[in-house]
Amino acid sequence: MEAVEPRTNYLNADYGIKSWLLTKDHKRIAVLYLVSITVMFILGGVFALLVRLELLTPGPDLMSSDTYNKVFTMHGIIMVFFFLIPSIPAVLGNFLIPLMIGARDLAFPRINLLSWYIYMVGGIITLVAMVAGGVDTGWTFYTPYSTAVSNTNVIPTAVGIFISGFSSILTGLNFIVTIHRMRAPGLTWFRLPLFVWAHYATSLIMILGTPVVAVTILLVAMERVFNLAIFDPTRGGDPLLFQHLFWFYSHPAVYIMILPPMGVMSELVTCFSRKRVFGYNFIAVSSLAIALLGFLVWAHHMFVTGMSIYAALIFSFLSFAVAIPSAVKVFNWTATLYKGSISYDAPMLYAFGFIGLFTIGGLTGLFLASLGTDVHLTDTYFVVAHFHYIMVGGAIMGYLGGIHFWWPKISGRMYPEAPARVAAVIVFIGFNLTFFPQFILGYLGMPRRYHYYPDEFQVLNVMSTAGATILGLGYLLPLTYLIWSLRYGAHASANPWNATGLEWTTPSPPPTENFHETPIVTHDAYDYEDFDFETVPLQEVKVG
Amino acid sequence: MPSFFQLFPEQASTISKDVDALFWFITSVSAFFSVLIALLVIYFAVKYRRRSDGDRPRTVEGSLGLELTWTIIPLGIAMMIFAWSAAIYVRIYRVPDDAMQVFVVGKQWMWKMQHMEGQREINELHVPVGRAVKLTMTSEDVIHSFFVPAFRIKQDVLPNRYTTVWFQATKVGVYHLFCAEYCGTQHAGMIGSIIVMEPSEYAAWLSGGAGKSLASSGEVLFQELGCVSCHRSDSGGRGPALTGVFGSTVKLQGGTTVTADEGYLRESILTPQAKIVSGYQPIMPTFKGLVSEEQLLQLIAYIKEQKSSGEDPNHGSR
Amino acid sequence: MEAYSDQRERALETTPAAGPHHADHQHQFDSAAQQYDASTLGMWVFLVTEIMFFGGVFTMYVAYRAAYPGAFGHASNHLNLTLGAINTAVLIASSLTMALAVHSSQMGKRSALVTYLLLTMLLGSVFLGIKGVEYAHKFEEGLVPGPGFTYSGPDANQAQLFFSLYFAMTGLHALHMVIGLVLMAVLVLQARKGRYTKLYHTPIEISGLYWHFVDIVWIFLFPLLYLIARHE
Repeated sequence: MEAVEPRTNYLNADYGIKSWLLTKDHKRIAVLYLVSITVMFILGGVFALLVRLELLTPGPDLMSSDTYNKVFTMHGIIMVFFFLIPSIPAVLGNFLIPLMIGARDLAFPRINLLSWYIYMVGGIITLVAMVAGGVDTGWTFYTPYSTAVSNTNVIPTAVGIFISGFSSILTGLNFIVTIHRMRAPGLTWFRLPLFVWAHYATSLIMILGTPVVAVTILLVAMERVFNLAIFDPTRGGDPLLFQHLFWFYSHPAVYIMILPPMGVMSELVTCFSRKRVFGYNFIAVSSLAIALLGFLVWAHHMFVTGMSIYAALIFSFLSFAVAIPSAVKVFNWTATLYKGSISYDAPMLYAFGFIGLFTIGGLTGLFLASLGTDVHLTDTYFVVAHFHYIMVGGAIMGYLGGIHFWWPKISGRMYPEAPARVAAVIVFIGFNLTFFPQFILGYLGMPRRYHYYPDEFQVLNVMSTAGATILGLGYLLPLTYLIWSLRYGAHASANPWNATGLEWTTPSPPPTENFHETPIVTHDAYDYEDFDFETVPLQEVKVG
Repeated sequence: MPSFFQLFPEQASTISKDVDALFWFITSVSAFFSVLIALLVIYFAVKYRRRSDGDRPRTVEGSLGLELTWTIIPLGIAMMIFAWSAAIYVRIYRVPDDAMQVFVVGKQWMWKMQHMEGQREINELHVPVGRAVKLTMTSEDVIHSFFVPAFRIKQDVLPNRYTTVWFQATKVGVYHLFCAEYCGTQHAGMIGSIIVMEPSEYAAWLSGGAGKSLASSGEVLFQELGCVSCHRSDSGGRGPALTGVFGSTVKLQGGTTVTADEGYLRESILTPQAKIVSGYQPIMPTFKGLVSEEQLLQLIAYIKEQKSSGEDPNHGSR
Repeated sequence: MEAYSDQRERALETTPAAGPHHADHQHQFDSAAQQYDASTLGMWVFLVTEIMFFGGVFTMYVAYRAAYPGAFGHASNHLNLTLGAINTAVLIASSLTMALAVHSSQMGKRSALVTYLLLTMLLGSVFLGIKGVEYAHKFEEGLVPGPGFTYSGPDANQAQLFFSLYFAMTGLHALHMVIGLVLMAVLVLQARKGRYTKLYHTPIEISGLYWHFVDIVWIFLFPLLYLIARHE
């Protein structure tokens, strides 16, 4: 291999801690986020393993009930607020959106950096609350348990989550303004990569939904501090009001978690089939439909609270409706494969996994949208299985697929392909073994958040824990070889995948300014039939 | 209750079979689409695998016909499931008129049941098979949820209000009762059993218990707490007469009306100023802190018994 | 449009770390006009998030007022209508001075700009001062929710709910005003250094948007908290 000429890129343009902590470069901020959320994912994963270990046996063997309740609470809080919600938008969105639209940076680079600091402050406060005693309310903080009964660190945890919400809001704000105002000449809305459409829809949800949960969780903290009466049933308060306000955000939040990986899917499926996506307009509009409808279904989490039957009918109906645009996307990705030229690189394996697992996860949502079955299934392990299929089988596989796909662009190195494919398969197997038995447990009637359970549930729990072990080992693999590749991976060329998209016209890694000259766009996205394929070796072409 | 491994819960109520039928239908639909997508993906991935670096597929941009098909058909199936499911939901929550009443109080971390006849149970509920049972429930502290998997029913139990659910058991046996809303340290321990018995055995069990019916206990309280001094059975008292009040429409100050259900009676005892009956002064004192949830249920049972004249107010339990 | 391969080749050339420095817009924008557009859109999007933020507490208010109309009416009568009305006038006046500040910046009149900003800050501080006085009164009267709550009416619990919402809503509003005052202090310091001209005064405009929004929130808060059941 010939020696590679050193070239200035965003990673080596400047050295030193200050150049990273005071950076305004969206690519460096994306890397800062990558490190933080990886740490959070490992923490959240450790808590998950503790839960699964305890549930190996029916009895309370490993820890006290109070400790167990804290462990599952903290698993949920970390994974939802500090891993899943930021993950793709803050890492891949931040890194790629300016590149994909031909811009030099986001609209507000300093606000971008501020959003990372806010995330860190919120995260640190929450972690300190966890270390200093923990919180045991469940990530859902239902009142009056969280406001009047629990004697754990509710207030600092609520404050930490409140603060980190602003990180989300600022990211969404930045994306919306950037996508509206900074597209390169010729890049009309319907020429945008679907990754950008997905993040636009996600950003709409972020800015509209997050403030509501922010003020709600703030009021929970204030109620504890100042002894307010807002959710106190003994003083006329309504604990269900909390649930309405909480779920008004937290349901759209799950679409914040799934729309970005859907955006990744469109990029992966097209690149590794070498074909335009089937039904571009439908996928783009479906993203907006999901965002809109997602705001209208929140009370499907409350069907057994005693709500009016008429309200329940409306929310159930709308919950079925919101499933349709997601189904449309799955059909379109599948159709994209038809008569393509399909390769099995690791990102594509993750894409296959996503399509299968998201389909199952989404379909199991039908059982919960359906009133008659939801009565039996809500608050059981069926729900746990359903949302883990979407969030882990869907979102995390999408995240990993995206990380692998854009790893050469972000780091300038190729990851080792063989271990990556093995890891994808191990993750897929481990995942299914962990969560499929939980559907059965749920229908049998095992409730959620149980520290100990009747004996007849044990066999399925043992299967689930076995799967969790395999899944955990599967996740360790990318962690290892991606870090390994930073030093020992092959240097990547500008476009190792022969993909369309403006990000692939820059070097790997890109220079700080992204583009020497603003590109002018005259093609639709994914125009593989006109694409100038070059058989580009993985190693960088020597310059000059 | 089984202690061996099982894959599917028992069907022990009139609604279980219907919920299960719907469940299997949705499962079939889900399995069909999952397998369809999986097979298509695998088939395409193999059939159209890249054979050489020179592969250049032709574009297939889209098809309005396909898009409409795979939007409308799933929507249609979804609507079918919705309608079928809604019908079941309505049946779960519309209580039959002839249901026998049981009161449930949930608290951290136990279930307290009260039969009208006076029987009290903790974490166990004896019921006769083949009889509709209506549960009126409240919580003393946080939100709990009353869940009987074998009956396929679940209802949250909230503080400061009553929620109701009903079931009719179809099989004699013992079935799990779980709390299904996280409620603190011993949430996993807030479990019990529903014990379904033949009607004759149930009657025997009832009579074996300690004496006083709920309504008789309520009558005692009604005297002891001084309610009788204002709420006389004639219309001359400082408070409205309570004969026949339960289930009637009450006219309030300001012109609005309210149906006098259990929740109204409970509220009137705890926060009497919330709804003043038209034509009366707001002088009733509050009994908050002076009566427990069980005592409230006894008073309510007694008031329910106060039928209009012509019926014996001391008639035994329903 | 040049072929991809040519684009790629150009991109692979050594690029300078940053483009030429522009005096009138930041490097990520192509022109001052684009920067202005983006900044304004950004502020409007931010105000939408603020609407949702206050919307949460307003929803709580609506839900509880619908449940306890009588109690809310009685409790509202305990608020000081005079001070509330004065505050409303003060805040509307401050929006006027803010609008005049924006206008001055558009005209390039530096001293007028500084004067009007300072006036706005003064009026905002008056508002906060009066609010502080009201809060102190409530504390003396025992109307702060919690163990010290003393209420003579029959529906004390619902009244406590009203006052919980009163303090939460006006407290959040006051916090936003404090942030606005800090913002304006920064603007004053920058304006005195001559930072804002006819050609560039975007921060003044978007701060004006923020201040008007805070004013509008009060326009909703005042009648909902102070003016219900006043006909008695």
